[in-house]
Amino acid sequence: MLVLWTDALVYLLVVSSALFAWHLSRQRHMRRPLKKIASNSVAMASLTILLCFVLIGLADSIHFKDANSQANEAISLMDMGVAVLRTSSEKTYSAPFAAYLYSKETVTNPDNSTNWDYPRLVHGGRHLQNPDTDKTADIISKTMVAIMQSTGVMVFIYFVIRHAYLRRHPSLLDNSSAKAVWISLCALIVIAYTLLYLSNYYHVFGTDKIGEDVFYQALKSIRTGLVIGTLTTLVMLPFAIVLGIMAGYFKGWIDDMIQFIYTTLNSVPSVLLIAASILMVQVYMSNHAENFTNLLVRADMRLLFLCLILGVTNWTGLCRLLRAETLKLREMEYILAARAMGVKPATILFRHIFPNVMHIVLISVVLDFSSLVLAEAVLSYIHIGVDPTTHSWGNMINSARLELAREPLVWWSLVAAFVFMFTLVLAANLFADSVRDAFDPKRVS
Amino acid sequence: MISYIIRRFLYAIPVLMAVNILTFVLFFVVNSPDDMARMQLGQKRVTEQAIQNWKHQHGYDLPLLWNQDQQNGKQLTETIFYQKSINLFWFDFGISDSGSNISADIKQRMWPSLALALPSLVIGLVANISMALLLVLFRYSYLELLGSIGCVVLMSVSSLFYIIGGQFFISKVLKLLPISGYDEGLVATKFLLLPVIISVLAGIGSGVRWYRTLFLEEVEKDYVRTARAKGLSETEVLFKHVLKNAMIPILTGVVVILPLLFMGSLIMESFFSIPGLGSYTIDAINRQDFAIVRSMVFLGSTLYIIGLLLTDISYTLVDPRVRLN
Repeated sequence: MLVLWTDALVYLLVVSSALFAWHLSRQRHMRRPLKKIASNSVAMASLTILLCFVLIGLADSIHFKDANSQANEAISLMDMGVAVLRTSSEKTYSAPFAAYLYSKETVTNPDNSTNWDYPRLVHGGRHLQNPDTDKTADIISKTMVAIMQSTGVMVFIYFVIRHAYLRRHPSLLDNSSAKAVWISLCALIVIAYTLLYLSNYYHVFGTDKIGEDVFYQALKSIRTGLVIGTLTTLVMLPFAIVLGIMAGYFKGWIDDMIQFIYTTLNSVPSVLLIAASILMVQVYMSNHAENFTNLLVRADMRLLFLCLILGVTNWTGLCRLLRAETLKLREMEYILAARAMGVKPATILFRHIFPNVMHIVLISVVLDFSSLVLAEAVLSYIHIGVDPTTHSWGNMINSARLELAREPLVWWSLVAAFVFMFTLVLAANLFADSVRDAFDPKRVS
Repeated sequence: MISYIIRRFLYAIPVLMAVNILTFVLFFVVNSPDDMARMQLGQKRVTEQAIQNWKHQHGYDLPLLWNQDQQNGKQLTETIFYQKSINLFWFDFGISDSGSNISADIKQRMWPSLALALPSLVIGLVANISMALLLVLFRYSYLELLGSIGCVVLMSVSSLFYIIGGQFFISKVLKLLPISGYDEGLVATKFLLLPVIISVLAGIGSGVRWYRTLFLEEVEKDYVRTARAKGLSETEVLFKHVLKNAMIPILTGVVVILPLLFMGSLIMESFFSIPGLGSYTIDAINRQDFAIVRSMVFLGSTLYIIGLLLTDISYTLVDPRVRLN
């Protein structure tokens, strides 16, 4: 097994958020908002979708040395699961569900004569005798088979659950949010299964310039999006929380110092900070080339640094919010009482202030997630985001932009990136909304 | 009030100093003056002498932060950092590393930036506020639900897709407007129309939601209930009372970004090849032109600080309860 830096941090994040969730569910005052989220069917449906994305991302974060490769390459658990996507590459562009390449080439016929035509694909539709006539019927029948199979399995699971649990927990499949979870889970599994099933025979989202399956690229990009959305938060939280609370509680010169720091950071255009740091990493890596022989390690380092620098530029907003809230809290009677009784400032901060600003932290974490995923695309687009070799939606869009100028048009990379990114961000936004509704004390209704 | 403003201006000086140091360090960790000289002179066949000449001409032949060869105070002043920073405070940006006059460039490029940013801001503001008011007016109805869903959907689309989609459908397929470019005078309208439409569209999702929460908060307040009890219609309540009182957060939000409009939008300008300050900065980063990058960062942070100050002042103007001291 091969553990990359971001992998390790992702595991750490999973463990710590699991611990945090467990801690949260044990707090009595947190149960009301949690229940509110649980009873919101839109929130639960989007959480299901998010968790499916997370699952793919996690599977893509467990890396192994590839035994078949000479070049010391690493593959992930997800790569093994979708091996057919990874290995079945074409020569260059091919449209979704195509059986022929997108550009003409000299084709050698069985009788050794050559002509200038669209050659057959290596993988897409190779089982077809005559693609021109058989393809549509074949696609429809294969789609039907896949949908039937997956629906059948889901119905079976449904009855098993019903039989096993319903007598003991009659509410499990009864309320609307459980239904929403079940329906979205079914829909996702059926769609995923159908796409993967069809991928055994076709490139469902086509192939890109170097003939790599676009569906595979979009799947790989999930991890990049999630890593940026979550690890950045992990980087910025300690800064924002510690400095924000301290500025609000101690006032005076500490407050001035912290305000000075974040005004300074805020007034430098963030694009410049990010560009400079990314350049710095590149210079460092070219000076220490011996440590970065593996392409994956190199790209991973850059991804990690992008998270770091995005974290550094992003903590100021939350810090300011926390400072304002702490300023209000420190005048509350219970804080005054604690101070009068001689409780140490550190204890007050940790025991009294921190739990009471937790909802702000939580809200801003879920709200920031989607904007970070979107930011990654823009940054990669102007070449200061992730490494060009890393699979990411930003890189997909970046290459797709030139493809739109081609004649005939190559549209599928763009559409695939759009569909995946939109689904993730929409689910994140919807979930963030319900978290904010549930945890914001101003919105108790 | 005046003493407050003076104090805030004095406070800006250390911030600007810190910004300067930060950009300086970030830049020179990456580059050495030799790298810069090679970049400007062209990578191939540059003699050591040419590099030395270039460095001497542009004042990069001094130590970076601390000059050991000098004495009494000159240790600090005879350095690249001091020489290149001190003039910035008088807004004398000097000559860029490639030889052009930065102040003249900024004066020239500021107008395209403004021509793009100002209409985007105004139209965006009007569109966002009127949509948000509409949603508040029809609250608890299907229209509101539809509008809210629409906002989340619009928000979830990356701005890149708006730009690429707009350029593709409007310019390439329908051929209504040019894909990108810029021209002087009124002809510029033709080129600016698409970027303005796209930036309004890209901001509408989050904008409408933000103003909607503002208005909803206001609608719950006692004076609105009183107004309704007096028998005012819902439209009158919204436009006469709610909008007027919600003006405070709206105005203060706008004031803080007003100065930054000069800086233009990095992404929009580089996509639509509008020769504004945003694309100027991006180009300078790519060419590693230190003089331009520093000038733009300095300008940006000055404008940011002015924006913060204006916000504070605008608070006192619109809300008599706020006292600055």
